[in-house]
Amino acid sequence: MKKNDVILIVVILALALASFGGIYLYSAGNTEDGEAVVYLDGVEQGRYPLSQELSLEIPAENGNYNLLEIKDGKADITEASCPDKICVNHRPVKHLGESLVCLPNRVVVEIENSGEAELDAATR
Amino acid sequence: MAKKAAYMGMLTALAFVFSYIEFLIPVNVGIPGVKLGLANLVTIVALYIMGIREACTLSLIRILLTGLTFGNPAGMIYSFAGGALSLLVMTGARKLKLFSVTGVSVLGGVFHNLGQILAAAAVVENARLLYYLPALVLSGTIAGALIGLLAAVLVRRLEKLNRE
Repeated sequence: MKKNDVILIVVILALALASFGGIYLYSAGNTEDGEAVVYLDGVEQGRYPLSQELSLEIPAENGNYNLLEIKDGKADITEASCPDKICVNHRPVKHLGESLVCLPNRVVVEIENSGEAELDAATR
Repeated sequence: MAKKAAYMGMLTALAFVFSYIEFLIPVNVGIPGVKLGLANLVTIVALYIMGIREACTLSLIRILLTGLTFGNPAGMIYSFAGGALSLLVMTGARKLKLFSVTGVSVLGGVFHNLGQILAAAAVVENARLLYYLPALVLSGTIAGALIGLLAAVLVRRLEKLNRE
């Protein structure tokens, strides 16, 4: 291992940690009215508040499906028709920005704030 | 010429088996895309011992073979994206001569994950997937470093063999 390798690793880890910190700060204060938004092929299909328990089958193409469950303020995919089940094995999500993705079915369940993105500030 | 063909055949088979081993041992940390990247070991060794063309060909064949047998054919696109970006960066890094084999492997691992996320974000048309980039950069760095240490040893030994 050369010295440059160590520098590289340290820099990458520092950047990753900084991003972690940034993301955490961004999403930490925002999960009160979180919603699980379901997208199929990039098109929004529905918004479901995390505060309400729910079990919903998301139909994808060709008879495929993902089973979305909202419990304890978290969204989770508990069943899916895809071959790799990465979405099912994914831990439940509840923070802003987190998502559950099923690439074969092209389904994305993303945690967002309720309503459209609001203005953060405005100048007159 | 025949020797090179035999060598390539052996390396391809080896990369394929490494992919299969990874497939048999699922790493379940709750987020997608975390993998050891064992097959990259063969790619890096090929890059250093044989050259860019050979490493590219090797990667291409391995991804195709893997996708068509035990992998997910539709998922090949992410492997290609990750593999292409990874190889591009590794080739450049090797030319720069700034890093050792280990450093190049770290870059390879990180950019492989980046390539995969970018492809996935493009397919589902959702950039929020990048939320997972820091975690995947972390895992790519660790895996890349481990594989890189192994690769460094292998490259050193095999270079010696080549010259005899």
